[in-house]
Amino acid sequence: MAVFEAVLELADDHLVLGHRISEWCGHAPMLEEDLAMPNMALDLIGTARTLYAHAGALEGQGRGEDELAYLRGEREYRNCLLVERPNEDFAHTMLRSLYFAAFMRPYWLAVLAQSVDEVLRGVAGKAEKEMAYHIRHAGEWVVRLGDGTEESAARMLAAVEALHLYTEELFESSAVAAVAEADGVLPPRAQMRAPWQAVIAEVFEQALLAVPQGGPVLRGGRQGLHGEGLGHMLAEMQVLHRAHPGARW
Amino acid sequence: MTQATSGAMPLWEVFIRPRNGLSHKHAGSLHAADEVMALQAARDVYTRRGEGNSIWVVRSADIVASDPVQAGENFEPTADKIYRHPTFYEIPEDVGHM
Repeated sequence: MAVFEAVLELADDHLVLGHRISEWCGHAPMLEEDLAMPNMALDLIGTARTLYAHAGALEGQGRGEDELAYLRGEREYRNCLLVERPNEDFAHTMLRSLYFAAFMRPYWLAVLAQSVDEVLRGVAGKAEKEMAYHIRHAGEWVVRLGDGTEESAARMLAAVEALHLYTEELFESSAVAAVAEADGVLPPRAQMRAPWQAVIAEVFEQALLAVPQGGPVLRGGRQGLHGEGLGHMLAEMQVLHRAHPGARW
Repeated sequence: MTQATSGAMPLWEVFIRPRNGLSHKHAGSLHAADEVMALQAARDVYTRRGEGNSIWVVRSADIVASDPVQAGENFEPTADKIYRHPTFYEIPEDVGHM
């Protein structure tokens, strides 16, 4: 049961961030990014689907990806707070993706090398490459916005100030994750700190940004304690399935 | 949208190689701030359906094009040189597909 909940945390991270990024579809500042953003949203949602299906199988109660994604309320969602933060502007969106992908890339590499779970190793082989691209795409934008115009630099700095306090939660293993880690299913989240810091330091140096040291930390997503925005996001995401249970297209 | 970006960002031509052994073919164009962003955008815009395994981008402004006014003198003289087409000999069956 703990392993099911740990895989669910991972699935929720991917679905929530994927949905957030998909909100740019049709609204991006240029055509090229209007195609790039859904590409990346679909990477994340594709990973979430496999993880939900796998979580449902681990739970063994007959719940599939639709039940897990569409029929849980915000208090039952277990994603970290970073991924649910609103898009705001391109600086916020790109920094949020960079923070997440820089964590997930070494995470999937560790799953690939060490996990006893064959399904998760399969997911990792694909997702690791996707995260490498997300790091590159988001990283290049962070560099150009940070080392860009006066306005873009100010927006990038505001994004760092708004989002950095959510990064600590990435490295914290919840009680259920700790069980999955002890079982060799998932790697310890704290192990990702060094590779994450290396990626962020390299990008921030080029972007003329300082990596914040210390400061306040916000957490609670793994306990289902979310910001106000997640409820609105889930309402929009789930309304069709709740109004027409089992609807297909 | 396009006005804001096309003014500030140069246009790039995108070439995709579908498979090893084939040549890069022109796929389209896009706007990007520099060559790194252009390659990235080309990947996102033109290879979403497995179109290729290699991308070239080149600034549209760097392409030297023939003058349409000279199309007649450039291309029409070849029209009556049909002997340049490889249609005057038979391929032995043993050669197979060519």
